Amino acid sequence: MIERSPFFDALTYAVMIIGLILVVIPFWVVIVAASQSLQEVSRVPISLLPSDQLWANLSEAWARADLGPKMLNSFIVAIGVTIGKITLAAMSAFAIVFFNFKARMICFWLIFITLMLPLEVRIVPTYAIAANALLPFQVILDTFGISWLVQAVSGIQVSLNWNLLNSYTGLILPLVATATGTFLYRQFFMTIPDELAEASKMDGASAMEFFRDVLIPLSRTNMLALATIMFVGSWNQYLWPLLITTDRANFGTVVMQLKALIPAQNGTPDWNVTMAGALIIMLPPLLVVAFMQRWFVRGLISRDK
Amino acid sequence: MERRAVYRNKVLPWLLIGPQLLLVLVFFYWPTSQALYWAFTLEQPWGGGNLWAGLDNFLYIFRDDRYWGTVLRSAFYALAATGLSMLVALTLASFVDRALKGTKLFQSVFIWPYAIAAPAAGVAFRFIFSPEAGLVGAVNDIWPGIWDPATNGMHALAMVIVCHAWLGIGYNFVFFLAALQMIPRSINEAGAMDGARPFRRMLDLQLPLIAPTAFFLLIMNIISSFTDSFGLIDTMTEGGPIGQTEVMVYKIYVDGFKGLDYSGAAAQSIVLMLLVIGLTFVQFKWVERRVHYN
Repeated sequence: MIERSPFFDALTYAVMIIGLILVVIPFWVVIVAASQSLQEVSRVPISLLPSDQLWANLSEAWARADLGPKMLNSFIVAIGVTIGKITLAAMSAFAIVFFNFKARMICFWLIFITLMLPLEVRIVPTYAIAANALLPFQVILDTFGISWLVQAVSGIQVSLNWNLLNSYTGLILPLVATATGTFLYRQFFMTIPDELAEASKMDGASAMEFFRDVLIPLSRTNMLALATIMFVGSWNQYLWPLLITTDRANFGTVVMQLKALIPAQNGTPDWNVTMAGALIIMLPPLLVVAFMQRWFVRGLISRDK
Repeated sequence: MERRAVYRNKVLPWLLIGPQLLLVLVFFYWPTSQALYWAFTLEQPWGGGNLWAGLDNFLYIFRDDRYWGTVLRSAFYALAATGLSMLVALTLASFVDRALKGTKLFQSVFIWPYAIAAPAAGVAFRFIFSPEAGLVGAVNDIWPGIWDPATNGMHALAMVIVCHAWLGIGYNFVFFLAALQMIPRSINEAGAMDGARPFRRMLDLQLPLIAPTAFFLLIMNIISSFTDSFGLIDTMTEGGPIGQTEVMVYKIYVDGFKGLDYSGAAAQSIVLMLLVIGLTFVQFKWVERRVHYN
């Protein structure tokens, strides 16, 4: 604050309070509706004060949408994507920044370009690849006549097949295959002074020791930021899990269950149960963001330019 | 990115970068090239491989009025959601940047929408805007039939756009606030010394200085409105009423997975890809030219 201006200060608070109401209203409505009984939630206009049915609605939503196993699936996918992405991103950024090899720039661009096209844009063909993840290699073998050669020599017909539909691998891998993390790590590694690498070399540490004992501990803040972004992003995935899991009972995630909780056109309008379900489903990423805010904000910003 | 101290090793970098390259190849480059292949060929209904179709798939969708409807709708959706979300986020960030007492609390709440899954927000907003329920729907008690997203396409589209804009507030707010806090304090003080009131300084000093961030956000928001709208549309309207909220991503999904028209869906994917690539390209060009803070 530079000068005293009581009027402008009052305006500032007014705007922030209006903003707070705008942002909080949906959360408030979800909580209030989730705590009301069917009669209360169907009243027009609705009361904006919480009632006492929260626990009953939560357990009803939990049972109706089978949220127990679905929660577990969501956690497995979100944690799998987070760990997978951090590991791969750190490794490939290390290779790109600290190694001198011929194809370095090509590799960087091959990975970087994937930032441009989100999964949603290429959803149809990605689905086809999930039905058989080894298809590209089969095609390569076929084109170069290797499968023919193998068959002629050994009599074995080469047919590579790895179906990812209805599997955790299929839910996780395509979400790992983007460059966000790699880019974040690259930006961070670029800020490491040369002297550090030189010193560690002089002390006789190998490349991997430098990576493990110096870079990884230094990048802890980045790791937390990336972990938050990845956890939230993968927990909230909708379109991809919807396509790749035909076996909803065993491999469905919680976010997919939201639609099943919406009251049917001519059914009971029990929005209180729907909102209770929504509350359960939106809570884990919200808690992660609320607790990790300090680190994650920094990571989000340094991700781009 | 040149460094003096680097490791020289023929095998190790490939072991490190190999897994990621492999994933990118299988789940990015292969599907993208596959989309191209499908877009230019037609699958025969009784099997026997794809027939070369040239530009027919594209001509087919370009001659379809329904397709142009989704394109225009997506463009309107993108502009409206982006404008609304950025305006709210910028306003909030400008005032939070004054760092008055208690601002920290507001600041952390303004980030919350970032954490919410689009379908979860979609379900919540569907209830809030439901014509039968007691929130926005209560206006129907005063003026019967004034609000009905279930039959009125404009109402339905407005509802989805408001929800999308709300979801974007957190992300936009974080970037705007960071950009505002990057402005040296001395510039603001100099402005105050010259007699500029706080509001004048916001408009004439801070806004121009965060223009690069605003432009970056503009492009990111437009791209995300074109690509991320599926979760909202699917939980709120399913493209209805009578297709009046069908946007490009949703039509790709419907044509590809419900209609099993892979060639048509692939052609539409290519159009959307070109659009996204074009927007990204514009951003890089612009950032190259204009990012001179000092």
